[in-house]
Amino acid sequence: MKNTIVIIDYGVGNVRSVKNALSSLGYTTVISQEKRDIQGAACVVLPGVGAFAEGMKNLKALGLLPILHDAAIKNKKPFLGICLGMQLLAESSEEGGVHAGLGYIPGHVVRFPEKKTPRIPHVGWNTVSVSKTYPLFGDFEAGAHYYFDHSFYFNAPKKHVLATCEYGIQFPAAVGFGNIYGVQFHPEKSQANGLKLFRSFFKSHNL
Amino acid sequence: MTVKDNIVVQSIGFKQYLPVGRLAVAIEFLSQWGIDEIAILDISATAEKRGPNFKLIAQAAKKCFTPLAVGGGIRDIADMRKLNQLGAEKIIINNLALSQGEIIKKAAEIFGSQFIVVSIDAKKVGGTYEVFSDGGQKPIGLEVGVFARKVEQLGAGEIFLNSIDQDGSKKGFDLRLIDAVVSKVTVPVIACGGAGEPDHFREAIIKTKASAIAAGNFFHFTEHSPIVLKSFLKSTRVPVRLETYAQYNDATFDRSGRLQKRPEQYLNTLRFTYLPEEII
Repeated sequence: MKNTIVIIDYGVGNVRSVKNALSSLGYTTVISQEKRDIQGAACVVLPGVGAFAEGMKNLKALGLLPILHDAAIKNKKPFLGICLGMQLLAESSEEGGVHAGLGYIPGHVVRFPEKKTPRIPHVGWNTVSVSKTYPLFGDFEAGAHYYFDHSFYFNAPKKHVLATCEYGIQFPAAVGFGNIYGVQFHPEKSQANGLKLFRSFFKSHNL
Repeated sequence: MTVKDNIVVQSIGFKQYLPVGRLAVAIEFLSQWGIDEIAILDISATAEKRGPNFKLIAQAAKKCFTPLAVGGGIRDIADMRKLNQLGAEKIIINNLALSQGEIIKKAAEIFGSQFIVVSIDAKKVGGTYEVFSDGGQKPIGLEVGVFARKVEQLGAGEIFLNSIDQDGSKKGFDLRLIDAVVSKVTVPVIACGGAGEPDHFREAIIKTKASAIAAGNFFHFTEHSPIVLKSFLKSTRVPVRLETYAQYNDATFDRSGRLQKRPEQYLNTLRFTYLPEEII
C-alpha cells in the first residue's frame, strides 16, 4: 500500500477514467471513500465532474472532511484536485448559491462573465500558459492542449496560480499551494499531454 | 460512435446500418489518433426498452484518454451517475429530454450543466426543421430552435444536433439547420450528419457558429482518419489541435481526403530518418 494513489470516490467524479489513465502509466491505484485507504496512500487524487454544492454535500455525508484535512494539511500528502476537485479546494463557490469549500487554497469559484465569454460552458481543448513548470508541467511544451469542460473557474490569488488559460477572459488553469495542487482541465482525458502531466506530478513525488 | 446491438455501425438516414466492429477497439484507435472528443450513442437501448450497457462502456473507457460522452437508454439519475463513474465526462439524452424534461434540471444540480448534453434529431418538414423522437421515427411537432431553447433553460450544457436528412448522405452538413439552433441558444452546439469529404468540415466550421463538428461514418475504415482530416483543415488555415505523434505536414490530399502519393525523392529521405518511440 505504500506507493498507492487513492482516487476519492464521492459520487460525482469520473473515477474510473482517472484510474484507467494512472494504470496505463503503471501506478497502483485504489478508488475509495474509506479512511484506511486514504491514510495508507502516498498521494490523494480528488477527481470531479459535478456541481460544487453536491460535491461538498457528498464529502460531508461520507465523513471525508476530517480525513482529507488530515491527509492534505496535517500529513502534507501530495494532493491533486481535478476539475470540480480543484474547485473544491477553494474557500467558496457561487455555483447554485454561495457554498463553502474545503478552503485549502485561498480564493473563490465564480462563473464566467457572460458578456466577455463566447459560449458557456467552456468545452473543448485549449492551450495554457505556464508560469511554474514544477511539478505539474515538467515536460511542458508551449502550445500543448488540455481538455476543459466547465462553467465556473477558481479565481485564486496570483501567487497560487501555476498556469492560466484564456476563454474570453484569463482564468487559472492550474493552482498550487504547498503540497496541494489543482487543475481545471481533465488530464485523464487530455491524451498524451494529460498522461505527461500525471507522470511529471507523481514522478516529482517519487512515485 | 453509433452503436447498435453492441457493435459500432455506420448509419444511413437513420434507417440502414453497416457493421464496423468492436467499440473498445474503435475507441482505442481514434483516441490514439488524436480525435478531440468521442460520443457513444447506443441506438438500440431505448428501442429495446433497456438501460445503457455498462459493461460495454466500461470496456470502451479503458483505453480512452479522450473526452467521452455517452448516450442511449439513460433512464434516471442513477444511470447518469454510473456512467460518470465508469468514465463519461458527459451524458447524452434524447428521448428522456422529450419525455421528462425536468430531469435535466435535477441532473444539472447534481453534476453541473457541463455534464448534460441533449441530442436532438431534426428533419426538414416544409420550410422548418422539426424534432423527431424514438431514433428519428416520430415527429413531436416542435420546431428545433424552440426545443433547443427549452432544454437550455432547463440546464442542458450542450446540444448535439443530428440531421436525419443528411445522415449517411455524404453530401455535407445542413448549414441552415445548424443556424436554426445556434441562433437560438447560448450553449455550445455540436453539429452532426452528412460529412463525406474534408471540405464539408471546413465549410461547416467557417460558415456556421457551431462549436464543434461531429461525424461517425467518415472516421471509420481509414487509417489515421482524424489526423489526416485535421492536417487538411490546417492546410486551409482552419485552426485545429494537431499534436499526435504521427504527422501529415506538407502532405497533399485529393477531394475525398485521401492522401496523395509523395514524390519518390521524399520517400527516399525517409529511409534514413530516425524516429524514436515516444515514451511518457
